[in-house]
Amino acid sequence: MALSGFVLVGFVFVHMAGNLQMFAGAEAINTYAYQLKALPWFVLWGSRLFLLVAVVVHAWTAAKICAENRASRPTTNDVEVTKKSGWASLNMGLTGSILFAFIVFHILHFTTQTVFPEYKELTTHVPASDGAEVHDVYLMVLSSFGVEWLSAVYVLCMFLLCRHLTHGVSSMFQSLGLRQESWRSKLDSLATLYGWVIFFGFISIPLAVILQKHGAVEVFDKVAFDQVVPAAVSSSIPEAPTQ
Amino acid sequence: MKLQLKIWRQDGSEDPGQFEMHDLNGVSEDCSFLEMLDLLNEQLLENGKEPVSFDHDCREGICGTCSLTINGLPHGPEDSTTTCQLHMRKFRDGETITIEPFRAKAFPVVRDLVVDRSPFDKIIQAGGYVSVRTGSAPDGNAIPIAKQDADLAMDAAACIGCGACVAACKNASAMLFTSAKAGHLNLLPQGQAEKDQRVLNMVAAMDEAGFGNCRNYGECSAACPKDISLDFIAKLNRDYSVASVKKILS
Ligand code: HEM
Ligand code: SF4
Ligand code: FES
Repeated sequence: MALSGFVLVGFVFVHMAGNLQMFAGAEAINTYAYQLKALPWFVLWGSRLFLLVAVVVHAWTAAKICAENRASRPTTNDVEVTKKSGWASLNMGLTGSILFAFIVFHILHFTTQTVFPEYKELTTHVPASDGAEVHDVYLMVLSSFGVEWLSAVYVLCMFLLCRHLTHGVSSMFQSLGLRQESWRSKLDSLATLYGWVIFFGFISIPLAVILQKHGAVEVFDKVAFDQVVPAAVSSSIPEAPTQ
Repeated sequence: MKLQLKIWRQDGSEDPGQFEMHDLNGVSEDCSFLEMLDLLNEQLLENGKEPVSFDHDCREGICGTCSLTINGLPHGPEDSTTTCQLHMRKFRDGETITIEPFRAKAFPVVRDLVVDRSPFDKIIQAGGYVSVRTGSAPDGNAIPIAKQDADLAMDAAACIGCGACVAACKNASAMLFTSAKAGHLNLLPQGQAEKDQRVLNMVAAMDEAGFGNCRNYGECSAACPKDISLDFIAKLNRDYSVASVKKILS
């Protein structure tokens, strides 16, 4: 559990840092995406397999732990009180299950592009690809997050991830035997900080897209943006009938 | 004091059990929680009813026999205090107090508030000892022990085996108890020879008995009348990982 969690914690951070290149412009993110896909097949598929195993092991042990624990405490107290545990720690199974569904959706959405096959037609060129056509990740992301409900789903799921990590990261140190009374509060703060860094890091992208759509900011290339994100329906109030 | 008691009654482990309400008058603020229950039982006997069964022995907070989940908290609302050392002045006059047994699958109810905590004995039998060389007693101070280690081992040894940690845990995990008992011996030179075996066997016995998995909520330590630290659970996890790796490699 802790080891697979540790792998995912590392991955999530790198993934977030990579995504933030959205703010460095189309060429940065498209080159990054191209270079990842241009890795030797065994490195690419090896890493994918490694992550898949981590997720499967994590979810499988989670399911087992939850089932065993329900069996160990079949009766609940008439009065249930908690002194230390909060929402995040008591709902790891719930947040984890939603995250599992999210991971599946996320892969179908951006990796295989099964949800919106029209993304496959978004192509561009980057200097690194030597003239070959590459997938335009920049436009795909702008186009996706220009859809309000989709952005909302991503922000909500990242909030659940933040809660999962707030308990998970501090719990991980304890499970690995690396926690001590003198560091406990520091590790807890570190876990909370990590959770929020991940949250804000990830949601900054959908948030910026929505804000630009509504004309509040201009962080993404305007020409590209207007090409894939339809302008927000102007919220003009119907004119009052004249008398 | 005037109290209303909502007490769990259960006629053996097969009976589903239910709550019973009792009014109790004239309780002194200075009496202990168990003395208050004694008063209730006298009242029940006078009225020709069956008294409430509950566990107790030393009544001075050292034996670990008393139990009870009081208003949802094992050993009641006072930190670092066993039920026998809890006084009625910690409650309000006219209060309704809910009294339940320690709940866990591994601790079946024997009767009313008495539960069977013998699975703890199974864990101790699996490794909570040092195999001693018989013969003459060793010389005092023949084995030097660092003050730090001696203090930590004493902290762990303070566990009285009451089971409040299991009752406080939403997963009915026995990690705090097991880690205190294993940690106490693993910290001392006398415990080194059997350290790896002890950890593996005690954890196996704990799982076998049907206790749940620790999910690091920390409720156990907060409920513990002896303030056993979560550090011992971290140490048990560490010792367990080392022992498992050594076992695989050997
Ligand atoms: C695939 C969907 C997921 C499921 C079903 C899931 C479920 C769980 C559950 C039930 C726990 C146990 C909580 C406990 O012991 O209290 C847990 C722990 C944890 N999870 Fe997840 N989780 C998922 C995804 C993730 C992701 C994406 C990450 C990291 C980015 C993550 C990081 C962690 C960490 C670090 C722990 C703590 C491990 C420990 O205490 O030893 N999980 N997860
Ligand atoms: S660790 Fe504390 S709560 Fe658990 S059995 Fe020992 S004394 Fe009781
Ligand atoms: S009766 Fe001995 S500790 Fe409470």
